[in-house]
Amino acid sequence: MIYLDNAATTQIEETAFNAMLPFLKGEYGNASAVYELARNSKRAVFNARKQCATLIGAAPNEILFTSGGTESNNWALIGAYEALSKRGDGSSVSEKADTSGNANGHIITTAIEHHAILRTAEYLESLGVSVTYLKPDSEGFINASQVIEAIREDTFLVSVMTANNEIGTIEPVCEIADAVHSVRKDILVHTDAVQAYGQICFDAFAKHVDLLSASSHKLGGPKGVGMLYVRDGIRLAPFIRGGMQESGRRAGTENVAGIAGFGAAAEVSFAGIDAKIGRETELRDRLLAKICDITGVIINGPYEKGDFSKRLPGNISVCIKGIEGETALIMLDREGICASSGSACTSGAREPSHVLKAIGRADDEAKGSLRFTLSHHNTEEEVDRAAAVLSEIVSKLRARNRF
Amino acid sequence: MVSYICMSRIGNLCGNKEMKKTVVVGMSGGVDSSVCAYLLKEQGYDVIGVTMQIWRPENACDVSYNGGCCGLSAVDDARRVADVIGIPYYVMDFREEFQKYVIDNFTSQYVKGRTPNPCIECNRHVKWEALLQKARDIGADYLATGHYARITKLENGRYTISASKTAAKDQTYALYALTQDQLSHTLLPIGEYEKTDVRKIAEEAGLPVAHKKDSQEICFVPDGDYASFIEKEDGVVVPGPGDFVTPDGTFIAKHKGITHYTVGQRRGLGVAAGERIYVTNIDPATDRVTLGADEDLFTSVVIADDVCWMGIEGIAPDEKVRVKAKIRYNHGGETGVLESAGEGKVKVSFDKPVRAAAPGQALVYYDETGTYIYGGGTIVQ
Repeated sequence: MIYLDNAATTQIEETAFNAMLPFLKGEYGNASAVYELARNSKRAVFNARKQCATLIGAAPNEILFTSGGTESNNWALIGAYEALSKRGDGSSVSEKADTSGNANGHIITTAIEHHAILRTAEYLESLGVSVTYLKPDSEGFINASQVIEAIREDTFLVSVMTANNEIGTIEPVCEIADAVHSVRKDILVHTDAVQAYGQICFDAFAKHVDLLSASSHKLGGPKGVGMLYVRDGIRLAPFIRGGMQESGRRAGTENVAGIAGFGAAAEVSFAGIDAKIGRETELRDRLLAKICDITGVIINGPYEKGDFSKRLPGNISVCIKGIEGETALIMLDREGICASSGSACTSGAREPSHVLKAIGRADDEAKGSLRFTLSHHNTEEEVDRAAAVLSEIVSKLRARNRF
Repeated sequence: MVSYICMSRIGNLCGNKEMKKTVVVGMSGGVDSSVCAYLLKEQGYDVIGVTMQIWRPENACDVSYNGGCCGLSAVDDARRVADVIGIPYYVMDFREEFQKYVIDNFTSQYVKGRTPNPCIECNRHVKWEALLQKARDIGADYLATGHYARITKLENGRYTISASKTAAKDQTYALYALTQDQLSHTLLPIGEYEKTDVRKIAEEAGLPVAHKKDSQEICFVPDGDYASFIEKEDGVVVPGPGDFVTPDGTFIAKHKGITHYTVGQRRGLGVAAGERIYVTNIDPATDRVTLGADEDLFTSVVIADDVCWMGIEGIAPDEKVRVKAKIRYNHGGETGVLESAGEGKVKVSFDKPVRAAAPGQALVYYDETGTYIYGGGTIVQ
């Protein structure tokens, strides 16, 4: 098997796996209890909080653990809205609204966010919030001036992803956050960093954004755990209500093993980030060059004269003319190669992805989309075989469909 | 279990890798298509299970695990069956084709006062065009389904659909529109079995759907309320209320709109009459629905267009062929004479009048014993 779908999920790192083991067996204490057994759990959670915080230059108490990236994204948007609408005195915004702007406030986000953001934004729209979905350029970039222009008096949140899960575009999030804050300090800036956390260097992110979502299983940690960075002093309503875990902001008994694994994975990836980026970039460029030898290939996402530095190191997204991505994926699977046609969350659907539409791909082109996302665990042999198999599949499909 | 396997027609492919043919089995999550996949695997084929995704996103609160042949539970069931059998399984997206060829056609026919059979359109355009094409794309030699029907090569060299072993579950009717090329790339192993055999095989093989109920209604209208389904479709101008009239044109009462009625319908008319009355005609031009007595529903001649030929290549302008023909899915069939009606149409003059031939349904004609399909078309009158 050749695994080239690391944007969907990653192989668990040995260190992360080992870090989890004690808490799946003997160390089963509830981190909220008072005795020694519980203190070990509590310590593990705190340690992980520190490990996860280091990656973005945050303080440990600014990291709140969740069940994953999707929960973090839901929480950031809904929590920001509810914090605003309650205004601490129980009255709703609409009661206080003046005549300008929308009584329920305004959010700025982008048309290429993950569904965890888009569906949540749509939900908020259904509650009366207005939402602006910024259109990216043809390589998937959103720029700071676009965001600034979209700001209205009632804007309370900007949410722009750090890196796109389908086409790998790395957005200038810090620049956007600084620009927004220079205009209006009270607007919260959130970034969905699920695809970028542990994949690219961003140890200064906490200095710029107010809220940041990340997920453990995208960087070699276990599934079912994620985090939301909430800058100290930011007002955010709780999303999961109940006990006093996570400083009373996110209820539910801590997933100690998962959190310990997440922390260990974050630490490993932070320590080896440069080598990892270098290796993935090397493999990606090798595979991309071979894929581009196939005629009729369009690269999705940033590529300026062969410079791919503004995309995620492991990401390749292409549209191949004359084939259907869905069919090619099945044929790749029959050859033991794991890839994706877009994001894992929409696979199985032949509808062109919202991301490819937003960067201007025609429906016909978008149907032939394929995504290969590499990790540092891949090898040259794997990459070469994948390219050879793909080339053969494309020829077969084109011959059949008389392309 | 072994005894059933030996009964099958194609049983000598096992162990011979060179000969191993690949077949895509369309899996609905039901017992028939599950056993179909199981039998083909046992016969030595390289089997790939596929469920066609044809439903559209619903309101998240409404998503339920209700029946329907291709809903969410269908995918779960089919996937579990594929696991038990040990075959790769994929969900393929055919929502676009299903919307275009099945749903849009269904609504437009109803709006025209006709009574379409969506299973025929689905078989013709979605399963045996889009799915077969996909199957061939991924390197498969055949498409197989769990229909109770068989494929036979006749002496004239043509492939045809023939009745399954079990007359009670005959599903040949909805397959009349398949082409010779499609038939030559199709396997229908279930046609060799009785329904009770199929359940027994499923049970013995440990397939988790052995006791699942058969689906009945049209899969995309599980509650059977076609009129409300049509009203909810985008871009459909639903005909408004019109008149119920007697066969001589006398006004009886107002009706809800022609999409609420079908020829032969007795219930739900909302008209009180001394004797039993039925819908005998629907006129989309005037929105009039004629109500009449049972005997008004009988006709001796049925004409069809959009004709497909299967067991025979066609008929000469002055040729007459003795046939047995069916005018709806559950019709037992009636003998008569098939001849050309000009302009690509055919007509069947029945020996005994048939009841409630509804425009939009298929006229499917078989050899006189009702065993082999000769061809079929869409009833126009």
